[in-house]
Amino acid sequence: MIEEIFASGHSFIHKIDPRCRLVAATLLCFVIALGQKMPVLWAGLGLSVILVLWARLNLVHVFRRLLVIWGFLLFLWIILPFTYDGDVVRQIGKLGATRQGIGLCTVISIKSNAILLMFIALIATMDFSTLGYALNFFKIPEKLVQLLLLTYRYIFVIEQEYRRLVRAVKLRGFRPGTNMHTYRTYAYLCGMLFVRASARAQRVYNAMKCRGFSGRFICLHEFALSPADKIWTLAALTVTVCLIFMEITL
Amino acid sequence: MHISEGVLSAPVLGAGMALAFAGTAVGLKKLKEDKIPRTAVLSAAFFVASLIHVPIGPSSVHLILNGILGLMLGWIAFPAILIALLLQGVLFQFGGITTLGVNTVIMATPAVVCHYLFAGFVHKPKAISYAASFACGFLSVFFSSLVLGTALMFTQESFLAVAWAVVIAHLPVMFIEGLVAIFCVGFLKKVQPELLPKWSAARQQNTLAV
Repeated sequence: MIEEIFASGHSFIHKIDPRCRLVAATLLCFVIALGQKMPVLWAGLGLSVILVLWARLNLVHVFRRLLVIWGFLLFLWIILPFTYDGDVVRQIGKLGATRQGIGLCTVISIKSNAILLMFIALIATMDFSTLGYALNFFKIPEKLVQLLLLTYRYIFVIEQEYRRLVRAVKLRGFRPGTNMHTYRTYAYLCGMLFVRASARAQRVYNAMKCRGFSGRFICLHEFALSPADKIWTLAALTVTVCLIFMEITL
Repeated sequence: MHISEGVLSAPVLGAGMALAFAGTAVGLKKLKEDKIPRTAVLSAAFFVASLIHVPIGPSSVHLILNGILGLMLGWIAFPAILIALLLQGVLFQFGGITTLGVNTVIMATPAVVCHYLFAGFVHKPKAISYAASFACGFLSVFFSSLVLGTALMFTQESFLAVAWAVVIAHLPVMFIEGLVAIFCVGFLKKVQPELLPKWSAARQQNTLAV
């Protein structure tokens, strides 16, 4: 099932104005992604852990999300130290692990974990439509915002349709395996999904027109900044500036 | 196919963002306002279809389908994929803010290229259509892995081995995508050919031939 598991919560982070969170997350993610100095990266990781804890998220879910990137990181750790040029620090058979390679892997691991946690704490804690409205506020082209909100609206409907198709093939005794029949079945299933989606799209568009859709979405969501929002944003900006300062001076 | 956060260098991230911005701008320009609901529902369908896990040996891979998406949407694949990636980011936390541009370019550029290469062939007779569909599915993933590899190489030349590993690891995916593309295009040709590109031109030609 497609679910927004982090979006519903009542922590302080959840209550902060989405626009502030969006700005803070973007700035902090970029500072961490572009940072070179180890103290900055460790500080970034620490900060994102604090934010995740502050958002009082279900840590098991957070851990599961981290596992996905750890798979990729493991792949890097297996290849990179042995193929990177530099001083060999440990010899395993014919392969030598280099200090520079291990260093690079460490940097990448810290960065990706820190950015992912930051993203979970600040962005995944708002539901997607709120994100759409926040983007609308930042003057993202209107067509893109419409496309975004409508796509979001329909993934759940289409997913239902997908489940119905899967149920239908299962009832007919379908068992996936590595064979042509499986690939053909899945391809037809996708094709059917597109056919149904397109028929639904026509109905949706007709219904929208009947209700006077003029090609413009009017945003009914009103944002208001509370004093707490302002203080939090100011703090987040200060931390960002501190990280940049550390990066330059250290 | 994604690049994780924190791997790429600033110039590569910047270039990715600039290219994704340009591609999305072209796509949005081509997107007529009355087609927005249609495009959105189709993008939603692609998003859901990309969650399908197909077994391969003891493991499984998920479908990417950027070739068929490109075939059906052309340049509009750019905004559609951008949104799909944003959705994946928010719903499943795959990928995030800083790599959004690069990942959009990785997925969407091959989609547009495949549209221009193969859109003219899908309505041709069987063998040509099969070959074009297979190539579309296969090459879209192949090009994606090449772009991904290039992004890694521009970050650091020592990533060469990793870049190769990425391309090779995706070889089975390319074959599966090719096969799925053959069947999917064949299915759409029978059921609703107007979903495929250049249908009206092909129909005219067919009636003239008859």
